[in-house]
Amino acid sequence: MSTVEHLGRGPLGREELAAVVARDIPRGAFVNLGIGQPTTVADHLPADSGVILHTENGMLGMGPAAKGDEVDPDLINAGKLPVTELPGASYFHHADSFAMMRGGHLDVCVLGAYQVSRRGDLANWHTGAPDAIPAVGGAMDLAIGAKQVFVMMTLFAKDGTAKLVPECTYPLTGLACVSRLYTDQAIFHLGPDGVTVAETYGIGFDELAARLEVPVRRG
Amino acid sequence: MTAILTDPDEALAGVEDGSTVLIGGFGMAGMPVTLIDALIRQGAKDLTVVSNNAGNGDTGLAALLAAGRVRKMICSFPRQSDSWVFDGLYRAGEIELEVVPQGTLAERMRAAGAGIGAFYCPTGAGTPLAEGKETRTIDGRDHVLEYPIKGDVALIAAHAGDRLGNLVYRKTARNFGPVMATAAALTIAQVSHVVEVGDLDPETVVTPCVYVDRILDTKAGEAA
Repeated sequence: MSTVEHLGRGPLGREELAAVVARDIPRGAFVNLGIGQPTTVADHLPADSGVILHTENGMLGMGPAAKGDEVDPDLINAGKLPVTELPGASYFHHADSFAMMRGGHLDVCVLGAYQVSRRGDLANWHTGAPDAIPAVGGAMDLAIGAKQVFVMMTLFAKDGTAKLVPECTYPLTGLACVSRLYTDQAIFHLGPDGVTVAETYGIGFDELAARLEVPVRRG
Repeated sequence: MTAILTDPDEALAGVEDGSTVLIGGFGMAGMPVTLIDALIRQGAKDLTVVSNNAGNGDTGLAALLAAGRVRKMICSFPRQSDSWVFDGLYRAGEIELEVVPQGTLAERMRAAGAGIGAFYCPTGAGTPLAEGKETRTIDGRDHVLEYPIKGDVALIAAHAGDRLGNLVYRKTARNFGPVMATAAALTIAQVSHVVEVGDLDPETVVTPCVYVDRILDTKAGEAA
């Protein structure tokens, strides 16, 4: 494997990024998609993927968003939006739902992030701002529970600083838990040996490496 | 013996000041709104409320908070687009907040209901939510010691209940209901349908009647 550089194009758009994450989810996997952008990954899974979606509020076999007559106030996702059930779905209470997560029974979860560190620490629940009301939801349970944690985010903040950092400065969600980082400019694999760049989009490896404080290797 | 009631105020009788009240629901799914409204009328104050969120809009739990009856909120996700009542109280320093990871919140109540004294849990290890808590390394992984959350009262919503108190739920409205039912000294369930003993398939009962003290028949209330 070597780094694939997609040049002669710009960075990935939001939908393109969701499609790339969907591409890398193994067939038949049990998957939890976090609130917000990760939820859109579901729209890009092939019809025959066999992927079974888990929602933290007690369901396996979650289907697409409910429309019109399908809307049922008793059937919502983690973002509290109405969804549908697929054949073979099941319901369970909250302690079981999180036991499923914490017990390592989910193959992949996809989360957003403020920062990811070189060793896979995740910060995605709290900015640490003094007036911010802390709210963690299921983020910490997912971060340490799923067999693989995929994070999707923009690589650079609005001020141009990288969100892949040597050490997280925001409050942590979980330690050494992120296995893959999907960004608009590059896809990173994280492990005990450090950070490797699997793909770049609209930027070459050398320029990317020069813009990061975290040492990265060609994949 | 489970009491089957049609009057919400009777269902809430006896809740004391200073109680810990477990309130089911995730968003509005499974939210026992009729019981919460009755708790507001009942008047108990200085409450500790345990619920996943800290109220939405101006009704239900948000109305209980707005009435100034809650001293402390224990929840996983207080901040939402429509949690302005809680946000205002919190910023004014008028309510205490204990944020607990969602799975740990559920498991702490499960432990209370199951007679577990405490448990080591990997969630939150190394994060600000583990500060001040005992941590132990088990099989090479850090775990945080977590204690049960026991309720004086649980308010939950279920789809149907029989006259013995057995409950079934509907879709994702199940959420915290079955766990909270086990974790409180007094469990009160509002149900959309009361059925006769024997009408529920025993194989499908989710909350066995031993956990349920009072059932409020919300359909009967509508008809009256």
